[in-house]
Amino acid sequence: MSEAAAMHAGHAESYESPLTPESWGKLGMWVFLVGDAMSFGTLLAGYGAIRYGSADWPKPYEVLGIWLTAGMTLLLIVSSVWMVKGLAAIQRNDQAAFRKFIGLTILGGAVFLGCQAYEWTHLIHEGMGFTGWTLHTKTGEVLTGASLFGTTFFIITGFHGMHVTGGVIYLLCILLRGMSGAYSATNYNPVEILGLYWHFVDLVWIMVFTFVYLL
Amino acid sequence: MAEHHSESLYMKIFYYLLVLTILEILVALPTYAPLAKGILLVGMALGKATLVAMYFMHLRFERVTLGVIAFTPLAICVFLVFMLTPDLGAVAHKTTVPAKQTTGVKH
Repeated sequence: MSEAAAMHAGHAESYESPLTPESWGKLGMWVFLVGDAMSFGTLLAGYGAIRYGSADWPKPYEVLGIWLTAGMTLLLIVSSVWMVKGLAAIQRNDQAAFRKFIGLTILGGAVFLGCQAYEWTHLIHEGMGFTGWTLHTKTGEVLTGASLFGTTFFIITGFHGMHVTGGVIYLLCILLRGMSGAYSATNYNPVEILGLYWHFVDLVWIMVFTFVYLL
Repeated sequence: MAEHHSESLYMKIFYYLLVLTILEILVALPTYAPLAKGILLVGMALGKATLVAMYFMHLRFERVTLGVIAFTPLAICVFLVFMLTPDLGAVAHKTTVPAKQTTGVKH
């Protein structure tokens, strides 16, 4: 039965268009991201509750390096722009630009992870542990003892870091497939789905940066 | 996403995100009323997240139903925060001094 005939027959519901016109894969990624967003949301809400319930929660920007993470934030935003440029390139069948921008996005993610590794090493060296710490704040105060500061910090930034790691691997897979000519102006859907994941990781970092570092 | 979005739009969004990030840091550094700071910072973070979702993730160009699905976690997380609020209101040190210092007679 043709679409026109179906319209005449009044069976509009059986011809209801899918949520994403191009693919179910994109919807699948969105559903995954929605679940993932709830995980992050729960972690941040839990963090907020623990922090509010603590009598001596330090000011994060006195303990954590705000400038390094501000740079990391910018890096993720820039890598998101490279990602959309990579998608735009494959949509006009520009394979060289596609490889360049996906490669740059991978580089951005890898440098982000490097910065995070440096940050963690530095903080652990400074005395920050998973269950407690001995910290010298910039105001000269010495704080010691059990604390959930490190617990929440390492869990939230670690959970995000794992997402970035997964994203870099995902990007590498798509780049490798793309290099063998798997994608084109008529077949770019997997690249767009990859983009959704990568932008989500960026979006989550925006929230993490605000709640864990700035507030 | 049937139509291809212009790269100038992406750059425009990038500049918005850049400016908002700089503003966030400027707002975060000085010490003042925590509530005002919280509202400003969370507002700007939500603005940035919205820009990323709407333009980089193309939500603005998708069907509304997909937008509703994407919005669900935010609504549920706000609900969760409200569910946690009664517990937070009962935090001891917010209303009295820590227990270990309350051995003497007060007032």
